[in-house]
Amino acid sequence: MELQRLAFSFFNGDVASRYWPDIVHGMWVTTYLAAAIVATGLAAGLALAMARSFHFRPASFLIVVFADAFRALPPLVVIIVLFFAFPYVDLAMSAFSATWLALSLVLAAFAEEIFWAGILSVPKGQTEAARSTGMSRLQTLVYVILPQAVRLTIAPLTNRMIAVTKGTALGSVVAVHEIIYYASSGASEAGNPTPLTLGAAAYVVLFLPVVMFSRWIETRFAWKR
Amino acid sequence: MEQILQVFFNAAILERAWPFLMRGVTMTLLLSLVVVPIGLASGLAVAMLYHLHRKWLSRFLIAYVDFFRAFPPLVLLLFIYGGLPFLGIDLPLFGTVALAFLLNTSSYYGEIFRAGLESVPAGQAEAARSTGLSRGQTMLWVILPQATRNVLPDLISNTLEVIKLTTLASVIGFTELLNNARNAQALTYNATPIVAAALIYLVLLWPLVRLVSRLEHKSIAVR
Amino acid sequence: MLKGIDLAVAQGELVFIIGPSGSGKSTLLRCCNRLEEPTSGSVVVDGTDITRPDVDLNRVRQKIGMVFQSFNLYPHMNALGNVTLALRKVQGLGRAEAEAQGMAALTRVGLAEKARAYPNELSGGQQQRVAIARALALEPKILLFDEPTSALDPELVGSVLKVMRELRESGMTMVVVSHEMQFARAAADRVVFMDGGVILEQGRPEKIFSRPDHARVGEFVARIASHQ
Repeated sequence: MELQRLAFSFFNGDVASRYWPDIVHGMWVTTYLAAAIVATGLAAGLALAMARSFHFRPASFLIVVFADAFRALPPLVVIIVLFFAFPYVDLAMSAFSATWLALSLVLAAFAEEIFWAGILSVPKGQTEAARSTGMSRLQTLVYVILPQAVRLTIAPLTNRMIAVTKGTALGSVVAVHEIIYYASSGASEAGNPTPLTLGAAAYVVLFLPVVMFSRWIETRFAWKR
Repeated sequence: MEQILQVFFNAAILERAWPFLMRGVTMTLLLSLVVVPIGLASGLAVAMLYHLHRKWLSRFLIAYVDFFRAFPPLVLLLFIYGGLPFLGIDLPLFGTVALAFLLNTSSYYGEIFRAGLESVPAGQAEAARSTGLSRGQTMLWVILPQATRNVLPDLISNTLEVIKLTTLASVIGFTELLNNARNAQALTYNATPIVAAALIYLVLLWPLVRLVSRLEHKSIAVR
Repeated sequence: MLKGIDLAVAQGELVFIIGPSGSGKSTLLRCCNRLEEPTSGSVVVDGTDITRPDVDLNRVRQKIGMVFQSFNLYPHMNALGNVTLALRKVQGLGRAEAEAQGMAALTRVGLAEKARAYPNELSGGQQQRVAIARALALEPKILLFDEPTSALDPELVGSVLKVMRELRESGMTMVVVSHEMQFARAAADRVVFMDGGVILEQGRPEKIFSRPDHARVGEFVARIASHQ
């Protein structure tokens, strides 16, 4: 009897069949949003770390301030400020754009720090050797330093990417139509938590392979201690 | 310029919202003071169980950890918040938040402590056991101090993340800082309260960010 | 893998175990305090069969000191902390009493002035002497040495051997796995040659080193000697 009630509540076939198309659509939005965040955040983070490696003081200072701020701010706060505060000054953006921008900034801040740590880990002699052969600063960075630095950044970057892309769920707070948005509105509409179960399952389907992949990455490219 | 000041940094509105925001800060700190120790303790338990190296227990723990690492914490929170009543369980809001955090943070802290325990060479335990220390004494006095020190940057970094995650509790109406700021914003129809909340988070958490940065760069320097 | 080892060590005796790597020397040593569990047979120390299930292993282990190849000092404690941990936690001594006993042990290995130094501030030879003091402080009946000098730079070996010689002269029972042939010749009562998990030959050092019964022992001794 208890089991039946449990099944009726959390694994209700009727409710599931009604809401799964929504959830699938949500999965698509989540994937799309996550991919956009990863692309923007990693590119921006790499660009900032490279800019910082030229040791131009004012620029480095601004980069550190940016990285510190967006590592300190809770992502949900960034999303809410972008979505709810900026319309007051006629800078309205869609919920999707606000979530994308907010999480890209957060990922960029963390990625910058990770790439920077990677660049610092390459011995100074590598730069000196490259410059002594007549390569420019940028050439040295791109052909000599980064290829060595990136290897060390793979494991921490993967973990951070997972953490930030899981944050796409936060978009539901500003009504981005991603998985959990459909799942919770579905659950309250149906008066039954089955859509939540579906939503939870959808996240596991999307993210569990990535988490398992990261475990593999970690053993393969572990920071040498 | 005038308009930006009026909307984002309105002194009159800030004055009205201030007590409200401060009550939020108190709740945020209180919540952190509960969920961080819960996370540390449960994570340590997960890691120590893993450290027993019983094949099936270890597999189960890895599955547990991966499962909750794959789960966005907000989804976990909403699932517990929306699902528990259907099980006939009526948790207070604080309990719901604490349960979600327990499941989420135990897996993250667990991974960190596990790496820490594995970083201590096997000879340490052998030396301790050869002088007659029991398993428990060896763990407490020899292994744990070294393990914790080896992963201190990661522990602090994760603690920062956990404190940032307390903002999620606002989604289910727990009256911490972000929740109060949003209510104040809705009441005053002005962005100042949420901008102020963002700045408060910045001021509170920036020292932790600096600390994490310093520890991480130091650990790279010694490599 | 050990196959039917029968070895008795008398009180005050220094037994030296040599043999090629993988011959079971370390395993034999580690069976003596059950860091390695023997699958069958028994290990009797000071009249107690330590392989019996009802034996209080942690109590017994205090009477069987062990010194490791890689020192295994606790890096988060200073020398005195390393030496006194078991005194305080296992024997339940108070801090003052434990430290007095610990200082006495450090004095025996000639490192009293390094009591507050951390392992990473000590040379390899000093670390190994602290490790010996850690075992000594518990006033063991027997000391087991597992290649105590093979992780040391050559110029640091002497200081550790000197401490071992002094222990020998004070009547300590010792079982030493090592390739320090000169030391064995000078200090050992008996040399045991192991190969493939069995004791191939044993006897007085001058016999084993000069005219062993087995050709294999002679070859091994010659090979080691040529490296030293």
